[in-house]
Parts: sequence; structure tokens; C-alpha cells
Amino acid sequence: MAPSRPPPENSLLTAHSLRFDRRGEPVFNDISLCLDAGRLVLILGANGSGKTTLLRCLAGVVRPVQGRLECANRRAFLGHRTGLKAALSCRENLNFVRSFNGRAEQTPDEALARVGLAGFGLRLAATLSAGQTRRLGLASLLVSRREIWLLDEPYASLDDEGGALVDELIEDHLNSGGTIALSTHQRLPAISSDPIRLRLGSERLETR
Amino acid sequence: MMSGSIWALLTQDLRLAIRHGGESLMPLMFLFSVIILVPLGVGPGPNLLSAIAPGMIWVAALLSSLLALERLFRPDYEDGSLEQWWLGHLPVYGLVVVRLFSHWLITGVPIIVFAPVAAQMLYLPPDALGTLMISLLLGTPILSLVGGLAAALTLSTNRGSVLLSILVFPLVVPVLVFATGAVSVAAEGISPQTHLGLLASILVLALTLVPLAAAAALRITVE
Repeated sequence: MAPSRPPPENSLLTAHSLRFDRRGEPVFNDISLCLDAGRLVLILGANGSGKTTLLRCLAGVVRPVQGRLECANRRAFLGHRTGLKAALSCRENLNFVRSFNGRAEQTPDEALARVGLAGFGLRLAATLSAGQTRRLGLASLLVSRREIWLLDEPYASLDDEGGALVDELIEDHLNSGGTIALSTHQRLPAISSDPIRLRLGSERLETR
Repeated sequence: MMSGSIWALLTQDLRLAIRHGGESLMPLMFLFSVIILVPLGVGPGPNLLSAIAPGMIWVAALLSSLLALERLFRPDYEDGSLEQWWLGHLPVYGLVVVRLFSHWLITGVPIIVFAPVAAQMLYLPPDALGTLMISLLLGTPILSLVGGLAAALTLSTNRGSVLLSILVFPLVVPVLVFATGAVSVAAEGISPQTHLGLLASILVLALTLVPLAAAAALRITVE
């Protein structure tokens, strides 16, 4: 399904022929990919084609039925559930991520300002709108230094300005030597370098 | 970095417990409701009360520790922070230990602190108070550990409270037997060392096995 390439020197995460089954049905099969420093991998596919499962698999949350992962770097996974606590303030949430995963140069207040939530530090996460919650999730990527970002539908419930913000953050992260895999079915990231595309589910559609 | 993760999770748990104040105090309130209602139900005679005091205090402690179990992992599962546990610095069983420790701090420690008051209210013989405290100190962590395992196992079921209780009860029967046994024999002036020793060995067993088993159960749920 995906082109199988030999792992180059600057690969931060390498997946070898991953396969995942749910209730005996293959969700995806024989997926090999490398996340190289400075490269973006786009995971495309219809609803239910296994985009989220593949990202969770790359994150190490879900174990593949077959295949293996080589990864010695720190990973961040941002799904549609952001893992933030509604009863805590934005700053408390970011402070938790920061001390749980290891500190980055950006402080929580700087990260909030970066994602357009300046002055929201003391607001409870429960009082944020859906789009603002997404932005807080993006801020959580910035407060802790992790080379690999695995983003599941990062454009969901964001306005155009928010989409442009995601593009900027992606560009910055790639330029600083990081790597990103993201799934999307809405807009495609508008960035300067060419992303690698991985389309899921096409094989299964052909066989039916 | 590892101690950073431990400290982060512990302080977050305690902060959330303080923010959900009423909910966190429920086990203690439950304990005292039982202790206050029992004399009204069975009669206020000191002889009868002092005979049933060890059992009543322990049954109340056991049932009240069940109250908070449903929320031990479920909020984290629902808001997505549970899957972040596999991306941190610590192995997941380490985080399970931290979570269970904070659960014990929130539900077990208040019970231990207020146990002398409850003992007074039920005319527990003063000689047995020390044994009651030791039995609670050894026993309440077991309740948190066993409950944590059951909570992890029932996380994937929708609202698994009934199943959770059914799983916990047979496992905590030995705790209840040895703990009340220790306090009862101490009240009669006999050394409770055997009972307490058995209780301590159950604690060591639970402490070594539960985090591994609970981490495996959480992994199955997350997948």
C-alpha cells in the first residue's frame, strides 16, 4: 500500500509493515513509513479508514498486530480528545503537560500567546469554546520539547485563522528539525515543503 | 524527568480533588453517617456498641472506599489524558502506583485520621485503638489497590459500578476478616500480631501485583 523505502539516516521514527486488526477485520495492513526530520507525512482517507488508529499506533498507545516500530525520540499525540482537564485553568493544564513530559523553552504563557489565547491563563478549560480548546491543545505541543508530533485532525473545529496558525506551527516545527504525521480530510496544510502522502483504505475499497 | 512526571500527576490529582471538594469528602461523610446511625439503630448501650465497634468501623471504611472508585480512571479515559500515559517518561504501572497513592491520600488518609473519633463514638476499648489505627494503616492501601484493579478492569464497560462492586467484594473479604480480627483480639487483651502480619503480607502482595495487572487492563481498554 505504501511505498516501502529503506530507512534513511535522519529518520526519527520508522514503522515496518504495520498491521492492525479490529475484531478480526484488518483496519490497515502492511504499512511502512519513515518520519524524517523536517518532513511532513499526510495521512489521508475516508472516515473509518484507520487514520486515527494508525496515528495511535505510531504513538505507541496501540500495539500493532504485526510489524514493529523503531523510535528513540519523544512523541506527542494530539487527538480530538485533547487530554486536558476541564476543572483546571489553561495555565495549570499546560504546567502539567510541561512537567509530565519534560520542559521546553516556551513557558505556558508564551505558548498561550502563540496560539492566540493570550490572557486566558487563569480561565478554566471548561469555559473555552470548541475552537479555543483545540488551540489550548496546540499550546500543549509547544510547552514540552518532543521531536515527533502525531496530530489527528488538527484542523477540526478551527476557523480560517486557526487553520493558518496550525500551518505556521507545523512549518516552525519542521524547520526546527522535528517531524510530523497528521491526518486530515478537510484542508491540506499550506507549507513550503512537499509532504509525503499516505492514502488509507483504498486497497480495501478495491477488494469489495 | 521521571520525578517530574510523578510530581506532576500527584499534584494534579490532589488539585482536582480539592476542586471537586464535595465529591472527595464523600467517603468520610459516608463513614460518619454509618457511625452515627448505628447506635440509633442497635441501641446506645456501651457493651453492645464496643463489641461491634471494630466490625462497624471496618465495614464503613470498606464501603466508603468503594464510593470513589468509579472515578479513579474514568475521567482520564473520557478526556483522553489516559492515552497520554503511554507517551510519558514513566512506565504505565508507575503512573498507576502514583494514581492509587493519590486515591489513598484522598480517601484512605482522612478515614485513618478520623478513626479515633469514630472509635470514641462506638465505645471501642482504649487498648484496641492502637491496633485499629495500625489495621487501617495497613488495610486502607489494600482497599485502594484492589479497588484500583477492579476499576481498571471495568473501565471498558459502560458504567461498570455493579460489576466493580462484585469484583471487589470477594477480594477484600480477607482484609475485613484479619483487620476486625486484630482489633477484636486486641480489645480482649491478646496480641494481634498474627492478624496484622497477615494483613501486611496481603498489602505487600497487592502492592507488587496490582500495578502490573491494572496497567495491563488499562492498555486493553485504551486499545
